[in-house]
Amino acid sequence: MEVDSVFYTDRSGRITSNPLLDQLPSYQSLLYRRKSSTSGTKRRSSSRGRLSSSGSGKWGLSTFSRRGEKQKGQTEQRPIRELAKTMAEKRRDKTQRLEEDRELSSWRQWKQSTGRYLRRLKDDVQEWLSSLQLWRGDIHLIEGMFGTGILSYFSFLRFLVMLNLIIFLLMFSFVMLPIIIAPYASGNATYNQNDGSECSVYPSSARRGLVIFHEHITDLLSGGGFLEQTYLFYGYYKVDKIHFPKITYNLPLAYLLATIAYLFLSLIWIVKRSAAGFKRNLIQDEDRFQSFCNKIFAGWDFCITNENAAKLKRSSLLYELRTDLEEERIKQKIADRTRKEKCRIYLIRLILNLFVIGVLAGCFYSIYVATIFSQEAQLNDLKENFIMALIYEYLPSIVITLANFITPLVFSVIINFEDYSPAFEIRFTLIRCVFMRLTSIGVLLFSLWSQITKCEEEPCKCGYNHVLYSCWETRVGQEMYKLTIFDFIIIVAVTIFVEFPRKLIVKYGECGLAKWWGQQEFGIPQNVLEIVYGQTICWIGTFYCPMLPAICTIKYFFIFYIKKLSLMKNCRPATRPFRASSSNFFFLGVLLIGLALACLPVTVSVAQINCSQACGPFVNYTTSWMVMPTVVSQQSEKVQKLLVALSSEAFAVSFFVFTCLAMFYVIALAGAHKRVINQLREQLAMEGRDKRFLIQKLCQAQRLSAVKSPVSKSQPRSSSRSSLSYHTSFSSNFNDAVFLAHPPPDSSTHV
Amino acid sequence: MGTTASQLGKDLLSEYQELTFLTKQEILLAHKRFTELLTKDEKDLPNTRIPMERILTLPELKSNPFRKRICHVFSTSEQKDGSLTFEDFLDLLSAFSDSATLEIKSHYAFRIFDFDDDGTLDCGDLEKLVNCLTGETDDTRLTPEEMRQLISNILEESDIDKDGTVNLSEFQHVISRSPDFVSSFKIVL
Repeated sequence: MEVDSVFYTDRSGRITSNPLLDQLPSYQSLLYRRKSSTSGTKRRSSSRGRLSSSGSGKWGLSTFSRRGEKQKGQTEQRPIRELAKTMAEKRRDKTQRLEEDRELSSWRQWKQSTGRYLRRLKDDVQEWLSSLQLWRGDIHLIEGMFGTGILSYFSFLRFLVMLNLIIFLLMFSFVMLPIIIAPYASGNATYNQNDGSECSVYPSSARRGLVIFHEHITDLLSGGGFLEQTYLFYGYYKVDKIHFPKITYNLPLAYLLATIAYLFLSLIWIVKRSAAGFKRNLIQDEDRFQSFCNKIFAGWDFCITNENAAKLKRSSLLYELRTDLEEERIKQKIADRTRKEKCRIYLIRLILNLFVIGVLAGCFYSIYVATIFSQEAQLNDLKENFIMALIYEYLPSIVITLANFITPLVFSVIINFEDYSPAFEIRFTLIRCVFMRLTSIGVLLFSLWSQITKCEEEPCKCGYNHVLYSCWETRVGQEMYKLTIFDFIIIVAVTIFVEFPRKLIVKYGECGLAKWWGQQEFGIPQNVLEIVYGQTICWIGTFYCPMLPAICTIKYFFIFYIKKLSLMKNCRPATRPFRASSSNFFFLGVLLIGLALACLPVTVSVAQINCSQACGPFVNYTTSWMVMPTVVSQQSEKVQKLLVALSSEAFAVSFFVFTCLAMFYVIALAGAHKRVINQLREQLAMEGRDKRFLIQKLCQAQRLSAVKSPVSKSQPRSSSRSSLSYHTSFSSNFNDAVFLAHPPPDSSTHV
Repeated sequence: MGTTASQLGKDLLSEYQELTFLTKQEILLAHKRFTELLTKDEKDLPNTRIPMERILTLPELKSNPFRKRICHVFSTSEQKDGSLTFEDFLDLLSAFSDSATLEIKSHYAFRIFDFDDDGTLDCGDLEKLVNCLTGETDDTRLTPEEMRQLISNILEESDIDKDGTVNLSEFQHVISRSPDFVSSFKIVL
């Protein structure tokens, strides 16, 4: 039995295993076992299994078998595939575990085998579920050609398709399905009565007489005419209650609850999807959003299979690194600004921000004017020709699209003068564009609302302008429908009529213009804003147009293929790539903003505006929300008391206070954790220094003792001199053989 | 235990399923792609070892700047020549698969980035790593000044015990906070 010693080396100078050093807890991260061909002979009879989570001590060929070691009692048994070993080693582990299992009691055996069986079952189920995923092959192809940044856009699109499908299924099964199956399930539907008052007059909008073909097209594109009195719009749902044999189905309540449910469901699903991303992003406590380590260690997309894509990825990484390094220098420059310069910069920024606000106000005003003009033109029903009629219908959409096209250009020009750091410039421009896109819908709705509630003699007799808008919800639904259709047409038209010719010009054109214009870049932020805009319209419009989610599902389905085609044929990826992680954060953040903005109009119209008396399920109520109190009052005493208590101010205030307390606690906890982390970091650095100091002292002691006792060579533990291949920065300290006697166990000195 | 015939036995398949993160479909696909690389006479031998040059013709590895390192890390050959058996190949795919744990991925990533195989990432390793990422030719490299700035930034972020190198636990720590790693460290056939 050899006497163990620290830094024991064999004749050839290779480090062999050393139990003393092995006992250092940091051993596995400091010493890499060299692959030595003699390691087979050095295998100890005493096994020393290391149940490390990373198993890095076993990089070499030598392995420690675990016979005899009872370490498994100390740590849980991890599944074998989570250990970083070669297949042969894993097999050995498995047979060893099976042997050990046979020694266990039968209860444990059964427990372990069921655990294994359940894990296998879970894997199979997950495999089956993932094979059902939509567009798996296409997305894999895109990933291979363009990397994970662009991939995240397409998986976002897939997510929206699923979301819209689920929303449609929700609305369909709770609102449309009962009406459809009522005759078949022997249900008796009671309709809202026309009580003959002025408010409930609903002139039919179907065209009479000879209908020219292009009027059908107009109707299809604008949702009027023959489409108005269909399941498509709110106005068709005149059912009040359906009496099935066993139960009575309250349709207005179902309609309202389905609306609330789909908004809630969208919120939960988005938050769940972004939870992982948010957590990771919030943990980073650096002010740099993208750290260098992330860029270098996780910089290469290993899924790229295309040579061109690899070249592009390399150049974009280079560009990104250079820009980030430069940004560091710019930050330094910003910190060195003088006061005079700061004042000048702030003044410029103020002026430019006022200019931006002015531009936004101008756009909003033009949307307002366009909406009013369009509404009046539709109501006057002038016999214009086909094209003009369509243009009047689509005027708000056209103005919104134009505004959303011009303002990003303006913003990107302005930002150059505001002298921010490059990363902040990009983000700020993006925020401005997001704001512009999403508020333009709000402005449209506001101008519609002002039209609807404006009557000739104030106040309005029925709460809304029943003369012009006998069924105003259908009107709003039609506007949302038009926005959706127009959005889709624009996307298709831009791809076909702008990008495709551009590609042809750039490819075959020789003039300087072609070279300057360059090939179309697949800019992710703009594309994402487009589809978030569409989704916001869908959320707002579903209340007025219950089949809108189905239309949006089909729309996004086609957009996937159009964008994929555009990407493959027309575009090249952007020079400054969007990283996958920040992409997800950005996409879902913008989507949440869109959802929040969508909840607002829906809430206002449900709670505030009087619903129309001529159509829809809420005819018997003043506002749509009034269904709830009516239903509550029909419940039993107990339930009523409970619901009243839940909605009372006392409950709300105490709930709010409790939530605030919980939030403060969590914030305080996070702050405390941060402080502890900083302290631990400092401690680690100090420990490193301590270790270096101690090892230096050891070496000194070594050298002294070697000088004093040259007879040590005759002892069995003598070894040849060799340099220590202990790779740290203190390797330069050891030029001689380092070789320390193993102290007796009860010695006071210990390493 | 090897792949003698062109079909995998059922127990072998389930054993591979248990020992790796791959699904049955993925194992079968890997087997198919592996046997495509074999020459006619090699097909009959058990446990054939494919030399590195042929492995590197796979499209998934062809454009990867770390392809040689990957082969070296997963190879169990005695001559350290980067050749892979089928089981090494499965280990490779398992570490790069979707369902592999972060620990496994970061462990193997560390080994791939450790160009001199000494157990830590020092300045030389990091410099080689950055050069692999940016490109091979001279005009696609960073200037020495930029390289120095970059490496000092990386060490500042990841070197906790301030010894000038990144060891495995520091690497795993920095990877656990890196949001892009899991999605980028992936190879799917």
